[in-house]
Amino acid sequence: MVTASTPSGSYLEVFDEFRNLTFGQDPVWSRNLREDAMAIFCESGFPTTRDEDWRFTNVASLAKTNFHRAVKDEVSLSAQDLEPYRLAGSGFELVFINGHFSPQFSTKENLIPGVRVSSLAEAIRQYPERIESHLGRYVDNRRDAFAALNTAMFEDGAEILIRRRAVVDRPIHILYVSAGSNRPIMIHPRNLIVAEPQSQAAVVEDYVSFGEAAAFSNAVTELVAGDDAIISHCMIERENDSSSNISTLRIELGSNSNVASHSVLLGGGLVRNNVHPVLAGRGAECLINGLFIGGGRQHLDNYMLVEHVSPNGSSRQFYNGILDDQAHGVFHGRIIVHKDAQKTDAKQTNRNLLLSDDARIDTKPQLEIHADDVKCTHGATIGQIDEDALFYLRSRGFSAISARRLLLYAFSRECLDRIDQAPVRIIAESLIQQRLVDIAPATRYHAEPISQEQSLQNLEEVG
Amino acid sequence: MSLLKVKDLHAAVDGHEILKGVDLTINTGEVHSIMGPNGSGKSTLAQVLARRETYTVTRGEILFNGKDLLKLKPEEAACEGIFLAFQYPVEIPGIGNAYFLRSAMNAMRKYRGEDELDAMDFLPLFRERVKLLEMDDALMSRSVNEGFSGGEKKRNEILQMAMLEPKLAILDETDSGLDIDALKVVASGVNAMRGPERSMLVVTHYQRLLDYIVPDFVHVLIDGRIVRTGGPELALELEEKGYGSTETETRQALPV
Repeated sequence: MVTASTPSGSYLEVFDEFRNLTFGQDPVWSRNLREDAMAIFCESGFPTTRDEDWRFTNVASLAKTNFHRAVKDEVSLSAQDLEPYRLAGSGFELVFINGHFSPQFSTKENLIPGVRVSSLAEAIRQYPERIESHLGRYVDNRRDAFAALNTAMFEDGAEILIRRRAVVDRPIHILYVSAGSNRPIMIHPRNLIVAEPQSQAAVVEDYVSFGEAAAFSNAVTELVAGDDAIISHCMIERENDSSSNISTLRIELGSNSNVASHSVLLGGGLVRNNVHPVLAGRGAECLINGLFIGGGRQHLDNYMLVEHVSPNGSSRQFYNGILDDQAHGVFHGRIIVHKDAQKTDAKQTNRNLLLSDDARIDTKPQLEIHADDVKCTHGATIGQIDEDALFYLRSRGFSAISARRLLLYAFSRECLDRIDQAPVRIIAESLIQQRLVDIAPATRYHAEPISQEQSLQNLEEVG
Repeated sequence: MSLLKVKDLHAAVDGHEILKGVDLTINTGEVHSIMGPNGSGKSTLAQVLARRETYTVTRGEILFNGKDLLKLKPEEAACEGIFLAFQYPVEIPGIGNAYFLRSAMNAMRKYRGEDELDAMDFLPLFRERVKLLEMDDALMSRSVNEGFSGGEKKRNEILQMAMLEPKLAILDETDSGLDIDALKVVASGVNAMRGPERSMLVVTHYQRLLDYIVPDFVHVLIDGRIVRTGGPELALELEEKGYGSTETETRQALPV
């Protein structure tokens, strides 16, 4: 029997094939980075539910499946196919199809002053030293087998450099399209975002599927915010229910930098969203804002690890979850305040709505404080839709379904309101609205009213 | 013509009978008041009329505007013209007051086959009514009732009533928790809505509100039944003598 911890042999085979085909030509540092990472991955294997950080999420299905590398240009999509996924108001779009950069669908001419946007593979060829100084320096492959696997196997992703004092007012959109294949495919998107001091920008990392084919996306994004930089990152997961998406956003915050991480998880069958900010510089500020909405048998796991390293940092975590059917949500919020991080102000809130008896949420705050002058709070709530509010709305003419949707929307709004960039907020809002239409279906609320005879009977039994 | 006709209404919650045979007729244009001690079933009656599903009607019937009210869902009753001003208005964070009101108006207009109001049509109407209730404009862009004081919430209920223009407005202890100034504002808002086309049912524990909203009829509800009916002077008598005297009289009058 194969246990979850043993990666199926196919991972090694695919790695060997990959080495022979492509990365053999990479710079030495990059080859070493990959070989090291693969060695670490083979040693650690996939995590199991015995591992505390993975207690609520079983990845055995990923370990057992024989995933293949997605072949370039295996599927052909038209510009029209992609049209619905464009981000209105974006300043630059990078499109990847089955993990391969697609220049024909990406923005061709960069009109944003002070910003370089390119494919990471291209950047490694063009600016190897520059990339070497950041790539893989922030994620910890020993802590995270998926990050190790990504580091070994990534083929491409976005490389974004925002130069000192550059202010980018329109978001940069990275679109990962999994378009299926005749066999299960895995994609390891790798993004590197470096924001130099005093720069300002917003990046959207967006995962979508075409059709119903299963794909496994295992993404790693390293985001480095220089001193006084103001950066916003938004992860949107809207793949089909047969897809798995494991992503890690590792943020390094410089002094007085301000980074917001927004996550909007709506799709995907098995989703693990790791957000790991390290407030390395003094006075850094980090907002970790998320909304996850699951139905069917979706599994949406949010693993937050916020590390305060320097003094005067502040972090705010707000995650709201809505779970219906047999969906399973996880919120794991860990805050580590290292001993030098005095005057840290860390707050964490996780609120959940369960819409069915079979839906489930595991929420777990974890504070680890090594400094003595800090303010840390956490709170979690689990509840149902407020019946009083439902009746209040219905008494004002709202149908049962629209009242329910409105209340769910209101619950989601809290997260939307924290997204500053209008184009990002607008897309997130419209995706959430769509999702809520699915999650509050019309059929469920046509239950027959209790007949008078029945209620009389009940009364007699009681009386 | 009678707008509301309640006959031998029995209603229970969790198997406990609360209304034990209520008869009540309200004609178009009339203002009725239901008074009674705590726990007598006043609020239950209000909620049953608004079709709250937690209450089970075990016997009797309600005709509203000729229709069988008990067959209607809460939203249908609302669209037919029943409005309940809540004793405890619910806070709904994340939904703006004005948006909420316009959506409610449009739900009703749609039900009646009328065109929906857009934001432009809505605004002048809205501002006029906000002024009538001496409400702060700033409250209106906030979430529904969120962070409102008790008085502001009650005013907001009356504002909704003024916008939705129901056939029957039921005010459930709208006076509770209001100081005299707020009470006067609320009452003048309610009085501005009085007219030959609109009926009201004012549910209250105290006579005080009825100094400002003078009813045509006063009913005394005790232990799930209406035990006395009279004119506005009955409210004054109750204020003086309390419900105790009525209760004793009733007990003697009714076969146990």
